[in-house]
Amino acid sequence: MGMNIAEKILAAASGAAQVVPGEIAIVEVGTCVLTDMNFFPASWREILKIKDPGKVVIVLDHFIPANDPQSAGAHTTARQFAKKFGIARFHDVGHDQGISHVVTADQAYALPGTVLVNADSHTCGGGALNCAARGVGLPEMLFAVTTGRSWFRVGETIRYELSGRLKPGVSAKDVFLHIAGIFGAHVNQNVEFGGPGMAGLSLNARRTLAIMGTELSAEFVIFEPDDQLLDYVRARNKAPFTPQWPDADARYKERRALDLGTIEPLVALPDAVVNSSVPVGQVAGQAIDQAFIGSCANGTLDDFAVAARVMAGHRVAPGVRLIVTPGSQAIFRAALAAGYVETLSTAGAIVTSATCGACVGGHMGVLGPGEVCITASTRNFKGRMGDPSARIYMASPATVAASAIAGRIASAADYFAGDIQ
Amino acid sequence: MIAARVWKFGDDINTDLMLPGSVISKSPEEQARAVFAANRPGWIDQMKRGDAIVAGRNFGMGSNRPASRSLRNIGVGFLLAESINGLFFRNSVNFGFLAVECPGVFAAFEEGDTAELELDGDWRVRNPRTGAVLSPPRVPDQLMRLMRGGGIFPLLEAEGLIARRAT
Repeated sequence: MGMNIAEKILAAASGAAQVVPGEIAIVEVGTCVLTDMNFFPASWREILKIKDPGKVVIVLDHFIPANDPQSAGAHTTARQFAKKFGIARFHDVGHDQGISHVVTADQAYALPGTVLVNADSHTCGGGALNCAARGVGLPEMLFAVTTGRSWFRVGETIRYELSGRLKPGVSAKDVFLHIAGIFGAHVNQNVEFGGPGMAGLSLNARRTLAIMGTELSAEFVIFEPDDQLLDYVRARNKAPFTPQWPDADARYKERRALDLGTIEPLVALPDAVVNSSVPVGQVAGQAIDQAFIGSCANGTLDDFAVAARVMAGHRVAPGVRLIVTPGSQAIFRAALAAGYVETLSTAGAIVTSATCGACVGGHMGVLGPGEVCITASTRNFKGRMGDPSARIYMASPATVAASAIAGRIASAADYFAGDIQ
Repeated sequence: MIAARVWKFGDDINTDLMLPGSVISKSPEEQARAVFAANRPGWIDQMKRGDAIVAGRNFGMGSNRPASRSLRNIGVGFLLAESINGLFFRNSVNFGFLAVECPGVFAAFEEGDTAELELDGDWRVRNPRTGAVLSPPRVPDQLMRLMRGGGIFPLLEAEGLIARRAT
């Protein structure tokens, strides 16, 4: 019996000829990513030995620059740990700053065909790079760093066969909302993306889609490799790797065909990401206080491009705040060079430095009681971005930007009316 | 056998509800005080140590934050849910919080019932009020040893990989 991509990567990493759903695979970890969340006293323990400093990456991301003394203390602990063990791939506040999942993709630390762990739920975004990447617990990161190993319960796999091409103004976020609205949660299942429609999705779009797989409660979310990906990785990471394609007779729990050309812009209603999607028109007119574009899901250069395109020549509505947060400082510099930052800033948006920020309700855009936000980020759970009485709608960067101009939830369709599919 | 008073929660209970972002950088004690503050304010003072949670599908969805530790710290004796999110389950193993998937459990219990959990021999969940008996699937022994042995830190301490915490 053939294997799908997740099974092939887990089998290779565990030294087994085959793994099957239901079993526990004990694997060699290719890359261990630590974030600032690891270094808070409640989660951190002094490490005495580490398996291989060359496999460790540290990215400060949730609370940068430090928002309070506790975060500052965690950053200090991280710096001391990096120095003690000679961790070269240390992304401190500054030039190389970013959100861990964005940095690991920007730098291609997430290598095709390998296993990556990080104590943050959105780690499965590494699957855009054909990497079996998964969020694990904070204590497990200490296990992975010290022993070089981790474990996974092998899940069943759902395969999405992509075809067609997205309509103008429709983005990967809408593809996610479409899947989440129709198929709901994928608890304890892997998601695999492939098919001819993949070629029309940029690597940034795939990153958004793979990150959002977390919200399906999926285990691994993995894209097939293609030349676009392999060229990208080889240009950034000289380490050897073996990309994995599914076997011709791979077994899936289910195969689902998805024609990208049929997908329309969607909005998730407050408090739930799955089974919560409605057409933009259904909530159009809802007044908003804040609009946010950012996070590991929507802080890509593609997201900046689309936001700048919508905002160009317009102004954020009076009484509304538009906050745009890049996924990494590398993306910020690219957005600066392309003129996107100037366009957004002139339109009245606040463009912040790269961090998890408002998405995690940490800082730089926390919501007050009773406020309404439309966000292009990862989650709209109750209380996620601040006060529990705030209501959070979730949509694509285009819809969020159009809503910021209107001061209420609005379709972005008019901004893309002249485009050809 | 462990017996506990049941508190019921629904489907898709996410970890932001158990450990809000506002206390994520705070001490475990402060984090524990915030459990379910948004969706069930006051519950933390009503429940007693040893009580059980019975929940629906995909319990613990969302963020990886150490919500299992907070439930353990406030004294939840065990969790029985129709299904448990993969990351929440990992964290329950890591932090030594007893979390068991048990299909059929949501319909089998009312709030205030007593749940009896038997983990010796064949696994059983029983409602003494109705006589209903369920058979949850077993968790592999290697994970159960971690989950019931205080989690992953004691293991790493024993192997000399992390320092023992000065107490």
